[in-house]
Amino acid sequence: MDKRNIEAWEGFEGRIWKEEINTRDFIQKNYHPYDGDESFLEGPTDATSKLWSRVQELQKEERAKGGVLDMETKVVSGLTAYGAGYIDEENKELEKVVGIQTDKPLKRAFMPYGGIKMAEQACQTYGYEPDAEIHRIFNEYVTTHNQAVFDAYTPEMKAVRHNKIITGLPDTYGRGRIVGDYRRVALYGIDYLIEQKKKDLAHCGDGTMTEETVRLREEVAKQIRALGGMKKMAEIYGYDISKPARNAKEAVQWLYFGYLAAIKTQNGAAMSVGRVSTFLDIYIQRDINRGILTEKEAQELIDHLVMKFRIVKFARIPSYNQLFSGDPVWATLEVAGIGVDGRSMVTKTDFRFLHTLENMGPSPEPNLTVLYSSALPENFKKYASKVSINTSSVQYENDDVMKPVWGDDYSICCCVSATQTGKEMQFFGARANLAKCLLYAINGGIDAKTREQVGPMLRPITSEYLDYEEVIQRYDIMMDWLAGVYVNGLNLIHYMHDKYYYEAAEMALIDTDVRRTFATGIAGFSHVVDSLSAIKYARVRTVRDDSGFVIQYHTEGDFPRYGNDDDRADDIAVWLLKTFLEKIKKRRTYRNSEPTTSILTITSNVVYGKATSDMPDGREAGAPLSPGANPSYGAEKNGLLASLNSVAKLPYHWALDGISNTQTINPDALGHSEQERIDNLVQVMDGYFDQGAHHLNVNVFGTEKLIDAMNHPEKEEYANFTIRVSGYAVKFIDLTKEQQMDVISRTCHSFL
Amino acid sequence: MNEINKDIIGHIHALESFGLVDGPGVRFVIFLKGCKMRCKFCHNPDTWNGSGEEWTAEKLFERVRRYKSYWKNNGGITVSGGEPLLQMEFVTALFSLAKKENINTALDTAGQPFCTDKKWLEGFERLAAVTDLFILDLKEMDKQGHISLTGVDNANILEMAEWLSSHGKRMWIRHVLVPGVTDDEGDLVRMREFIGTLETVDRVEILPYHTLGMIKWKELGITYPLEGVPVPTGEQISKAKSLLGIE
Repeated sequence: MDKRNIEAWEGFEGRIWKEEINTRDFIQKNYHPYDGDESFLEGPTDATSKLWSRVQELQKEERAKGGVLDMETKVVSGLTAYGAGYIDEENKELEKVVGIQTDKPLKRAFMPYGGIKMAEQACQTYGYEPDAEIHRIFNEYVTTHNQAVFDAYTPEMKAVRHNKIITGLPDTYGRGRIVGDYRRVALYGIDYLIEQKKKDLAHCGDGTMTEETVRLREEVAKQIRALGGMKKMAEIYGYDISKPARNAKEAVQWLYFGYLAAIKTQNGAAMSVGRVSTFLDIYIQRDINRGILTEKEAQELIDHLVMKFRIVKFARIPSYNQLFSGDPVWATLEVAGIGVDGRSMVTKTDFRFLHTLENMGPSPEPNLTVLYSSALPENFKKYASKVSINTSSVQYENDDVMKPVWGDDYSICCCVSATQTGKEMQFFGARANLAKCLLYAINGGIDAKTREQVGPMLRPITSEYLDYEEVIQRYDIMMDWLAGVYVNGLNLIHYMHDKYYYEAAEMALIDTDVRRTFATGIAGFSHVVDSLSAIKYARVRTVRDDSGFVIQYHTEGDFPRYGNDDDRADDIAVWLLKTFLEKIKKRRTYRNSEPTTSILTITSNVVYGKATSDMPDGREAGAPLSPGANPSYGAEKNGLLASLNSVAKLPYHWALDGISNTQTINPDALGHSEQERIDNLVQVMDGYFDQGAHHLNVNVFGTEKLIDAMNHPEKEEYANFTIRVSGYAVKFIDLTKEQQMDVISRTCHSFL
Repeated sequence: MNEINKDIIGHIHALESFGLVDGPGVRFVIFLKGCKMRCKFCHNPDTWNGSGEEWTAEKLFERVRRYKSYWKNNGGITVSGGEPLLQMEFVTALFSLAKKENINTALDTAGQPFCTDKKWLEGFERLAAVTDLFILDLKEMDKQGHISLTGVDNANILEMAEWLSSHGKRMWIRHVLVPGVTDDEGDLVRMREFIGTLETVDRVEILPYHTLGMIKWKELGITYPLEGVPVPTGEQISKAKSLLGIE
């Protein structure tokens, strides 16, 4: 074995991970669970405070300039496109972790491969003029992802897109949601990774040059090139990452370089970091045991790493910002979880990551995710709950339901979707508007807004009062059609993304023999459930225009709504999820990927709502759909836990891409004292997740705070005021007014 | 124990799955219909009259026990109102079902229906046997003051507190603090003295008056008698707390 490896791995146990790339094995053989409390944690160092206040100044300037501080217009982003850049050039020695996307912090890179039109539009939106030569090259000589997709789209695909029954497709931006195993860079060094990929290249296929084999050979070759590029990128900052990291500082830095390579080359909607805390803890603990690292220094390393995740930026176009409001990048990072062998994976570094929210204040990024189980150490659960109450910046996902499917080394690759780290990639698929689909079923496939025949020309329902059986029958056919065009569109998009915007740097840190998931999604969930419930349990009268087209619904009588733990409505919810998933599953998916679905909208619930007319549940045309798997606004009559129970009934294994639930609790309603609030929140999460629920965004604040923040965004206290929305966290003042109103209007659980 | 009357019907005003201030831990709070008091500061005047939704004790218990996973050893069921003692047999049935599964039970009452009539008291004893905690509202010590504030006398309410004490039933005492109405210094001192004579009080709480219930009065078309009365200041609250001997 290489001498350098022997030095780097000194004191590490285990065998398998030394003979093959196997980060999980390394973690399992070497981590030390921690079940103590947070009293060991240290505050920020001077360097951290100085750097963080510099970042905050820059963020302030960025906001003052309309949301973008600076943009590249001449240099196409790449691994080695820039020299070294720092948060603060004059104080660069303060940065324990180095590397930024461009030459200046918060300056947005120019990334044309997803689509030159979008890259240019992003610049122009903020008053920058992209370089004419680049324009010429990318229009005349280079095919971009976006160009290719639109070349191949069928008229039907264009119609569903244009009529917004399928929206947010990754055809105008990078698909993202691929998490490289960035830990590999630290554990093995780049040279070994190249060596292994070269072996893979030699073993592609059985010798027959099928299309599949040719494609794979080309992809692996690109990966090898990207690994070489990473080495050069690190050299620019004065580091040689060809060999394994020898200590904690190097491990953090090497890992970050892996991630930096991804965000320099891709502008995916979600650029997640992955599950790194337990891994890094092994290095930190070794250095602390050796006496070469103090707790203060350990925290500083984590703070500085997190600071880097906080300043990741991409240039976006206005229509993108409407879908995903507040400039998110989903630098999702997980802590906690329980190993397959039953040991808690909570280490001191899991505490350290949460502690960054105290040392540097609340922040939407990285999207901190606790992999929750009621069996996690009590001390950790309480600390997470405390941080949640104080910052509203943490989300929780149920490790007990994910572990049986994804093992104990999965990451969250966007908002809530699990992916096995280094073993899987995902074809992100936005979402289908099932609420609109229900209206199509009633109106014979004609869109209420455009009056175009978008869906199949089914016989419309002509009765005055809607009959449940008849509606269900039509809806089933309409959903089947929608699932078909949806999957087909995605197949085409991902084919082109692989071809023209391949994620070489991320895929280089994933096994060549990769498992692929095909992540579809559902929007308008609660409105379909409530509408069907209204049709079934109340009387829904159609209101028609002169042509007989249903434009409104009058619902007479009361009906059970999803969100009250009432099985009559909740059973419809379960039926809806299963029915849609089955329709997706029977389709042929690109590269034999495994179809999944999610009930998750991000902030796109507002845009989707705009395109959806009146519904039988009483939701008015244009009003936002309720986000994710949340019950509809005003539907919840029995308080928070009843609402949680309704959501918890949706079986996770039918929505492996995630079931997002966002709840806001008034601090006064959560308990009298801080300790009571912490204990109560832990109890709520234990009770919820023990029932098999998947996800919970926890916000703790009162509506009055939101209203004040909306009216006085200039107040210092709101500069970093972070809230959880469906699937991620966002600075409240960065949301559009419309979205702020939407957040405010949602039920705040404030039982007094 | 007597046979549980599972089929007895209760008149329910509302169900709240997530109550954290009405009893220890996480509570499922059941608000019953009906109250004979007419407290000027009432924030649930919509519970006074009407028959509400009808649930049998068994059906309601089936609903409520779905929240067991949230309670663990720190939570349970609270029945509030309205005045729950007006539907005593129903509450007894519900709590009996709960106690069979070892679920914590709390009764949030103002004590108004309490009387020493033999038959009534027997029923109350059966309820007390399946109630882990009584949360008793003391509105006012002065008899006349009490009548003017709530429309009813308080002698039997104080008697109930003494009965609970002498029967070893655990209690929380609550007092709604309305500036200029229920914050008379002398009255609070007398309340403290009275509480001092009780042996089973685990907690004394001040509930600062709030105006969130005002809108309900308007919706019901009744004049709100405390129009213009401000919510207590932090200073007023801490003064009242110290008068009541709350840490």
